[in-house]
Amino acid sequence: MAVVFEKTKALTDVKLHYCPGCAHGIVHRLVAECLEEMDEVKNAIACVPVGCAVFANNYFNFDAIQCAHGRAPATATGIKRVHPDKMVLTYQGDGDLASIGTCEIVHAAARGEKVTTIFINNGIYGMTGGQMAPTTLPGMKATTAKAGRDPKINGNPLRVSEMLATLTGPAYIERVSVSTPAQVTQAKKAIKKALEIQKQGLGFTFVEVVSTCPTNWGLTPVKAMEFVRDKMIPYYPLGVFKDITAEEGK
Amino acid sequence: MAKGKVTINEVICKGCGLCVSVCPKKVLDLSTTKINAAGYNPAEMVSDDCIACTSCAKMCPDCAITVEKLD
Repeated sequence: MAVVFEKTKALTDVKLHYCPGCAHGIVHRLVAECLEEMDEVKNAIACVPVGCAVFANNYFNFDAIQCAHGRAPATATGIKRVHPDKMVLTYQGDGDLASIGTCEIVHAAARGEKVTTIFINNGIYGMTGGQMAPTTLPGMKATTAKAGRDPKINGNPLRVSEMLATLTGPAYIERVSVSTPAQVTQAKKAIKKALEIQKQGLGFTFVEVVSTCPTNWGLTPVKAMEFVRDKMIPYYPLGVFKDITAEEGK
Repeated sequence: MAKGKVTINEVICKGCGLCVSVCPKKVLDLSTTKINAAGYNPAEMVSDDCIACTSCAKMCPDCAITVEKLD
């Protein structure tokens, strides 16, 4: 009898506070597994956001700092410049990164800071109760868009990965999802590649994860995963948007 | 003959059902008799057809699943 899957040691035994079926738990595990496999757990510093993942420092079994709202890339910049040999990553949601922290993420990417950002895009503000986010899909209901988002009034959702891919600074940008086991495997590969590129000091790395919020979407966890596949991924297509290691190989 | 065994940590399972939805052999289901301290019905094995593919564990947001491969 051989154990083929067990909880990674890079996560603590604290019970996650997330709602049932929240994909934050999956992405936490992927980040932790990647760091454990790279033997970088003792060398990692996570910059955690304001939002549902604000207590991620309780779950990561490595150093972490809670940053001011949206300012995780700025905090990570400081840490990485003082400790260039550490693995520095930011873990941010869409309210944190794509709204109040847009300035910080764009400029950290433009400067090519050698950190990794994990961006959880679930199209809604989770912690504060389901308000419309910059990434809410057209027609998607939120507490501040009762009839669904109307692009004429509320504007159109941001595609952050595509936007950052136009810059020179980033080394690697990929959008993944976690709505099926195969997508989870691909997401892990993307996170690991981003961390490896950071380790090589090649530039800014960014992994966007199209995620779920079953509670505020008003769906069961299983239906929320279907919503990701049917509605979110057509607007936020998965794939690699920038990879300087692939370009060098051409 | 079972090729694998799934162990679910019933204390931290939140009964979200993602593991149940992705199991290719329909080995798992939410319990109809058990309820944990947080008020959730944890997942449990309902058949012996597990092939140790780890799909359930990959989807579990709470790291509540351990998978073993039987010899």
